[in-house]
Order: sequence, then C-alpha cells, then structure tokens
Amino acid sequence: MSLLITGGLVVDPSQDLEEVRDLLIEQGRIAALEPPGRLPSEGRQVIDAQGLVVTPGLIDMHVHLREPGEEYKETIATGTLAAVRGGFTAVAAMPNTKPVNDNAATTRFILDQARRAGLARVYPVAAISVGLKGEALAEYADLKAAGAVALSDDGRPVMNALLMRRALEYAHTFELPIISHAEDLDLRADGVMHEGVVSVRLGLKGIPAAAEEVMVFRDVTLAQLTGARLHIAHVSTAGSVDIIRRAKAAGVPVTAETAPHYFHLTEEAVEGYDTNAKVNPPLRTTADIAAIKTGLADGTLDAIASDHAPHSSLEKDLEFVAAAFGLIGLETSLGLTLQLVHEGVISLSRAVALLSTNPAKILRLPGGTLAPGAVADVTIIDLHQQWQVDVHSFASKSRNCPFQGWRLKGKPRYTIIGGQLVWQADQG
Amino acid sequence: MQLRRKDLLGIAELTAEEIQLILDTADSLKEISTRPIKKVPTLRGKTVVTLFYEPSTRTRMSFEIAAKRLSADTVNLTVAASSAVKGETLADTAYNLEAMQPDLLIIRHQASGAPYYLAQRLKCGVVNAGDGLHEHPTQALLDLMTVREAKGRLSGLKVAIIGDIAHSRVARSNIWAFTKMGSEVTVAGPATMLPPYLAAMGVRLVYSLEEAVRGADVIMMLRLQLERMGQWYLSTLREYSATFGLAPKHLALAKEDVIIMHPGPINRGVEISPEVADGPYSVILEQVTNGVAVRMAVLLLLIGGGT
Repeated sequence: MSLLITGGLVVDPSQDLEEVRDLLIEQGRIAALEPPGRLPSEGRQVIDAQGLVVTPGLIDMHVHLREPGEEYKETIATGTLAAVRGGFTAVAAMPNTKPVNDNAATTRFILDQARRAGLARVYPVAAISVGLKGEALAEYADLKAAGAVALSDDGRPVMNALLMRRALEYAHTFELPIISHAEDLDLRADGVMHEGVVSVRLGLKGIPAAAEEVMVFRDVTLAQLTGARLHIAHVSTAGSVDIIRRAKAAGVPVTAETAPHYFHLTEEAVEGYDTNAKVNPPLRTTADIAAIKTGLADGTLDAIASDHAPHSSLEKDLEFVAAAFGLIGLETSLGLTLQLVHEGVISLSRAVALLSTNPAKILRLPGGTLAPGAVADVTIIDLHQQWQVDVHSFASKSRNCPFQGWRLKGKPRYTIIGGQLVWQADQG
Repeated sequence: MQLRRKDLLGIAELTAEEIQLILDTADSLKEISTRPIKKVPTLRGKTVVTLFYEPSTRTRMSFEIAAKRLSADTVNLTVAASSAVKGETLADTAYNLEAMQPDLLIIRHQASGAPYYLAQRLKCGVVNAGDGLHEHPTQALLDLMTVREAKGRLSGLKVAIIGDIAHSRVARSNIWAFTKMGSEVTVAGPATMLPPYLAAMGVRLVYSLEEAVRGADVIMMLRLQLERMGQWYLSTLREYSATFGLAPKHLALAKEDVIIMHPGPINRGVEISPEVADGPYSVILEQVTNGVAVRMAVLLLLIGGGT
C-alpha cells in the first residue's frame, strides 16, 4: 500500500525546502519527494494537498499523559488522541506519573499502552532521580534500553547542584539529554503566580522571574563544566532567554523550549483568579513575551512544546491558591504557534523547525524530516482555516485551557504516522 | 438608593460615587447605635450568614451587631465547627449554605480571591470580610468614615500606611480607597515588606518611618504578623520596633491635627507604643464604632431593596 500526497507546499527545514512537491510514502517510509506530476497516482491512495502545507510530523517534546496513576485526568489513549487531533505524530511524556517513571518496567508499560492506543508515538522521558526526590540517580542505562529518550525531574526540580552535575555526567555516558525544569524552590516559596504588579494587586504570593533564571544559569554552567547535553524546559522569562543566548554563543551544549502560553498570555490572565491561568512557570509580562518571540526567531529557543498538563475539576475548581499548576495544550499548540507566523514573528519554515525538526534532533528521534528513507510521519496543515477554541470538543479528558473562545487561524487536516493516516479532520 | 451590585468583594472595583454612597449611608445609620433601643426593622426577614475560615473577633462581631441592629437574622459558621475539617470544598460548603436561602453570605477566607470564587457561583450576595492578602473592603470603608469625620474631607489628605504592606489586605483596600477619594498615600516599611510593584497602585514608597509621617494628616499603623520573622522578613522585633514602630517623637513630624489609626488587634510596643495608641491623636476605638455603622450601610445597600 502506498500513499501519494499531491500538490502541497512541502515545508521541511531539515532539507531547507519550501516548495510544492508530491510526496510518496511506501512501507511506512518516505519513498520519494518530487516536483508535482512526476509520480504516477495509479494504484495509490491519494491525498490532494493543494492549498495545504505538508510538514514532517509535529513532535511535542513536553507533555504529561498522567498514565499510570492519574487516569481520571488523562490516559495515554486520550492524550495521544488529543495529540493527533492537534497535528502531532509524536509526544515526549514526562515521568511524574504515579508511580514515577524512574524504572524500566514503567517505561515499558508506557510504551505498551501507547502501542495499544495506536495513535501518536510516545517517547518516555524518565526521571533524573529515583521518585523525583532529588536523592539518588535512577538507572539510566536500564531506562535507555527500555526506551527512554531523555531524563527530567520535571515538576520537582533538582535542587542539589552536585546531584545535577552527576546526573548530567551520568546521562552523558549513555548519550541521553537532561531536561531541566529550572526553578529554585526556595525562591518560589509558596508563590502561585508571577511576582509583579498583578500579584501585588490580587494579593497572591509571587514567583519571581529570578526563581527560574538562577537555575537556568546554574544548569548552563554545569553543562559547560560537564560538556553534557542540557535542554531547558518551558522558558518563561526574558532573563532566561538572555542566559541561554549567551551560553549558546559560548558553545555550551544547551537547547531550550518554550510553550505557547508564554508567548500569548501575561500575568493579566490571572485576573478574576482564573485557575486555568495558574501554571508553573507562571505567565509573565509583555516584556517577557517580546523576549521569547525574539528568542524563537533568532534561534535561541529551539522548540515549542505545549507542557500539556491535564487536571480535572478536582484540582482546578478551587480557590486559586489551592488549585494545581498546569494547563492543556496539545489541541491548541499548532494554532497558537501559527499565530506567530501570521503576525510575521517567525517564518513558516521556522515554525516547522520549532515544532518538528528541532525536537527530533534534540531527543534524537526518527522523524522531523521528509527526506527519502525517513519514517513517514507527516502532518498536513490548512494554514488559513479559521476556528474557535472550544474545550468541550477536545479529545483530552481535561478542560483546563485558558484559550477557550480564542479565534485562531491554521489547523491540522491530516495526521500520518508511519505511513498510516491516523487522523483526518472533518471536511465541511 | 441601592448599590447596583450583588456583592461587595473589594474596593478596587468600587467607584468614588459608590464609596460616597456607602459613607453617607453609614453616617446616617450611626445614630441608631446610640439609641436606648438599638434596633430598626429595615432588614426584618432577611438572613445573613457569616462564614469565617480564619479567626476573627471584631470583624465578625461587628458584622453580626450590624445585622442585628437592622433586624436581620444572623447565623455564624466557623471553620472549626464546619465541614471544612471533614474535607468539604469551599464550593460545596457554599452551595449547601445557599440551599438554605440566605440573603447574604459574609466570608473571611485565607485564600485571596475566595469571595470572588463564591460570588461567581452563588445567586445570593457575597461580602468579603477579608480574603488572604488581597482585600478587606469594609475595613477600608470604616477607615474612610473615621477620617472623614475627623477631617471633614477625604481629598487632598496625606495618608501614611506603615508596616507589612506586602501581606496586608487592609493596606491594599486602603490604598485603593484613599487614592480613589483623592488622597495621597505613602507606604513605608522594610523593603522585604514593600514590593516595588506597589507603585503601580499609585502610591509613594519610602523605607523610612520618619519620611512617611512627615506632614501626614493620617498615620495608619499595620499589625505586624509575628510569624514573619521565621521567613526572614525582619531581623528582630526589637529592631523592627525601633525602626518602624510609631512613638510619640514621630508625631511632631506630622501635621498638628494628625490622627493615628490601627485596624487592630494591636501589638502594643511593637508597631505602636502604648503612649501613642492611647494618646489624644488615636482614633482606634472610633474606627471600631464606625465599623458597625459602615457594615450596617453595606448590608442595607446590598439587601435592603424592595422593603
């Protein structure tokens, strides 16, 4: 069975390509990429992609699928359905499940569940420390053998600098990147939103930008010391962008991601004590948004990841201080990123690099390219389709999305994984 | 006259006209408390529930007395006796209370925004009796009333608020209240308790008590929460008292007719010396008296319609 995608604008930063091409998929791999009309369509399933954009499958390198342990918030099946509906062919799943993914058995369980779901590829990120407790190193060799692609204590940052140093070195041994959730817990204290004019007005305790920045600085310094690969998760402040830019200029092996809420929302979103806007790191200021946009455009920030963090009403329908941190993003991430393209902040090719090529490179995943021979993970996007965010239509089990009602332009039309058409938007 | 709102959640959302209306109403109701029979039938048949998740003596009593003087029925629910200790959520507690059809819910809660959370979900009116670090609107209203009685006006006054501004809902409500009414507000305290973002609320920040009280018409001292020491907001009580405690020597820097206010309860000898607290410039007990009148006005303006 072969699949021919005809007449689409192929945007593939891995080949520096942005031209109309026909794309042939055979046996789960990209078989050919040719100017229109050269590849015969007889006997092939054809997708007419005229007027659409064809990209390497999108990869969300930072999601929480909540399984095992919190299946009432999300399961691997519902999370990967949300992923394919959002245009993502693969996701990297963070280890703060119950039990924590700090062992090969849990890693294999996650992969088994993903296989059963048969939707987006799931790449487990395992824990840096046993139980995310910041005390002992997890078994990285075992975890890698079981299928883990990176290590992170996301949500429970490594406060001990020596442990972080050793983790970087030990991970380096097995060629695994460390993903740093950069946050100084002492400086955060009991803060619940960005420390600034809005927190002072609302009487909510603040989380200063410095709580992130001192740890970004610590970790790039340790990456420089050890030569190990470091990836900074969910960058939210102008200061962090600046530190990462300087580290890259100095040759430190660091990459970084941000999330759509950090370039679309500010601390003002918390007004009215909206718990859907309670997220960690917190929503910052317009100056931070400007710096993050610059960082996305100039290459300081390598990836956009949603930090999809499902919570039920049990965690969110509460007083602001009592509510959990986190918001969901798999089904809005592409639209919110394309907004930057429509605004002229980044090019279309750069958006695809941020959402596909670079995450694949950072985590050393198959995909992120449409070069012949590559795995046939493909996303086909209607760049101009207008739509309105409606959380009630989401495949995710959770509804904690601060973008409810937003009007966006650009939506996935087809999600193809390993040559199989896994999801297709309703026409009409 | 009525307030065109279901709830009183904060001073931030009130207009100067609404504040004026509440103060004028409070002025007219104050006399009731001096009668031999301190009761009028205005709110007969109305039910007012106080729901307090934090300990409070004066605020709750003040609301209760205010409601009773207007003939409303009052029910008091305290956290210790309530279902909160059994793990019931705030929303569930409130829905259950509302099912008993009260007219007004007066809430104090340790979470900033808790009264907003309830107001969005309940049909009955909600009055904020203090939420976390956020607002304590009736305190600010009684402070305005007290200042207006003493000065005859609220515009053009120099008001100094001194202490732990960062953690004070009284300070926040008073900053909104006095700036909306045309006064100039200066806040003072150690930088640990004085976030620079306060300037966005239209106040002047200084780190010196002396500088704050110079030329002041009104000096408002805040209660120092003693547990702040454990979080390094200050070094010792001795040093705090020596640096930011109001003593008789400071009064010479202020206007001749300065008034000294404190929301209570007082830490005598910490933020305010006994000589000042009990001295001729102090209006601290007048504030308490006016608290009843202001709360009567709030109840009347929120649920007194249609009688």
